Amino acid sequence: MINVKELTKRYARTTAVDHISFEVAKGQIVGFLGPNGAGKTTTMRMLTCFLPPSSGTATVAGFDVLEQPMEVKKRIGYLPETPPLYPEMETAEYLKFVGQLKGLSGAELQKRIDYVCERCSVADVRNKLLGKLSKGYRQRVGLAQAIIHNPDVLILDEPTAGLDPKQINETRDLIRRLAGSHTIILSTHILPEVEQTCEQVVIINKGKLVATDSVRNLQARARGAESVVLEVAGRNGNLETSTVQQKLERVSGVSRVLCKHQVGSRAFFEVESQKGRLVRGDLARVVVESGWDLNELRPAAMSLEEVFLQLTGKEKEKEAPAEVPAATGAQL
Amino acid sequence: MRNAWIICRKELHSYFVSPVAYVLLTLWGVVFGYFFWAELGVFLKYSMESQMSGQMYPMNLNEQVIRPLLQNVAVIGLFFLPMITMRLFAEEKRTGTIELLATSPIRDLEIIIGKWMAAMLLYCCLLLFTVVHFLFLFKYGNPDWKPVLIAYLGLLLEAGAMLAIGTFISSLTKNQIIAGATTFAVLILLWVLAWSDFSNAGWAHVLSYMSLVTHSESFMRGVIDLKDGIYYATLIFLGLFFTARSMESLRWRS
Repeated sequence: MINVKELTKRYARTTAVDHISFEVAKGQIVGFLGPNGAGKTTTMRMLTCFLPPSSGTATVAGFDVLEQPMEVKKRIGYLPETPPLYPEMETAEYLKFVGQLKGLSGAELQKRIDYVCERCSVADVRNKLLGKLSKGYRQRVGLAQAIIHNPDVLILDEPTAGLDPKQINETRDLIRRLAGSHTIILSTHILPEVEQTCEQVVIINKGKLVATDSVRNLQARARGAESVVLEVAGRNGNLETSTVQQKLERVSGVSRVLCKHQVGSRAFFEVESQKGRLVRGDLARVVVESGWDLNELRPAAMSLEEVFLQLTGKEKEKEAPAEVPAATGAQL
Repeated sequence: MRNAWIICRKELHSYFVSPVAYVLLTLWGVVFGYFFWAELGVFLKYSMESQMSGQMYPMNLNEQVIRPLLQNVAVIGLFFLPMITMRLFAEEKRTGTIELLATSPIRDLEIIIGKWMAAMLLYCCLLLFTVVHFLFLFKYGNPDWKPVLIAYLGLLLEAGAMLAIGTFISSLTKNQIIAGATTFAVLILLWVLAWSDFSNAGWAHVLSYMSLVTHSESFMRGVIDLKDGIYYATLIFLGLFFTARSMESLRWRS
């Protein structure tokens, strides 16, 4: 549905998007992931024909964004970072205006307005001025506006930014429900959002493509081996971590044991094992038989967050999505 | 053309839903009302004097009331038109709604023409205010209506040119105040270019020929001069053409 090849956008001093290539199949939800200023918005603007690429090509539904922008524009719905609302219009008026812009008219337009109002749950603010709506409603009217002409492709720039947790969940649900009939690209710097909503993820950083794969594969890829976190406590108030480490290392299948930290007589260990070997039972037995308490034993599943930080080359300790100031001129 | 009309309706809607249109119409009504009252008062005083002295001065409603008033309409317009055009593109650029227009299947030119048409229609509403006043002159006097009609045509062309320039300037910035002030300065300069006629040098004539006023004179006298019509048409075309270029550059720069 969407085919991006070597897409590049250069500004006077910076390169906002640097030779990005990826593909999106019909009906998929793709998460576009990256810290602020990574080039997400710029890429989306090129896909929506708002900005022309400096080099490379992008086709949407088989039409090139530079050669046939009109055909592309007919087939995409776009929700920019701030929903493009006219404060002096009422919701229904606004949707009618956008519908007309996209080429709808008459009974069909009326039907679509009713449909999107219901779908995006904005029916109760139909006759309210857009300028008076709360942030959550504005975002939903923005979404309604994007799907009014039933486009093949939906491009959503940070659709959940600035919403409260309840609204975020509602918006995610809505996006998931839309997925069947539309191909969706959504950008975000919030990782759980991608884990929850998207099937496919495209990670970019500083304008460059870092990874593109399915969410599950990415997690597995970054993990490589299985690892387990253990919390061990000594019964009589002291614990020799080196003894524990040695004993754990002797369990068959274990490749590496790390003592993460120790608090009094309690110590945390991370045990890596060879792929496909289940060592948890053996580890537990060794700990208990040696006379220690086993307080906790859990698989250390790597969250997408860690994958992301690993891929974008940052310290694990650093707080996730670091607020990198947008220096690439992605703002208009 | 359907798309231009959609944009035009939307612009008119925002003029008339916000107080903008009503404030402009009210202020215009007050200002023009005063001009009309003062101009007619002078005329009435002359006619009284002429009766009292027993001599018949040549009195003419067209030349002594209507023409100076319509010339003043153009001058008042100079102050009002920047307020009509300043928000056209600046506002959309500031709030980001320009992204909606630019990613919809609609041509830049259709957006521009739609917005310019809306500005023209609002100006027509202002002109309607003046028509109401003149209707009284037609009721109680007997002026010739043909030169009045031609003068109105001239006013429309002149305003069309000024609005096209304002539209262009509005597309250059996202700040309405900057757009309004710059438009005002440019229009005033274009207006007073006529004064450079004091010099006999060739360039002075060219400058003066470029003035907005020079070309309205024949219309005001009730004469349609093709070269003046073409002058205004050219300005309208250039203004809208540069707006289109400016919109395009927005995409390449931003």
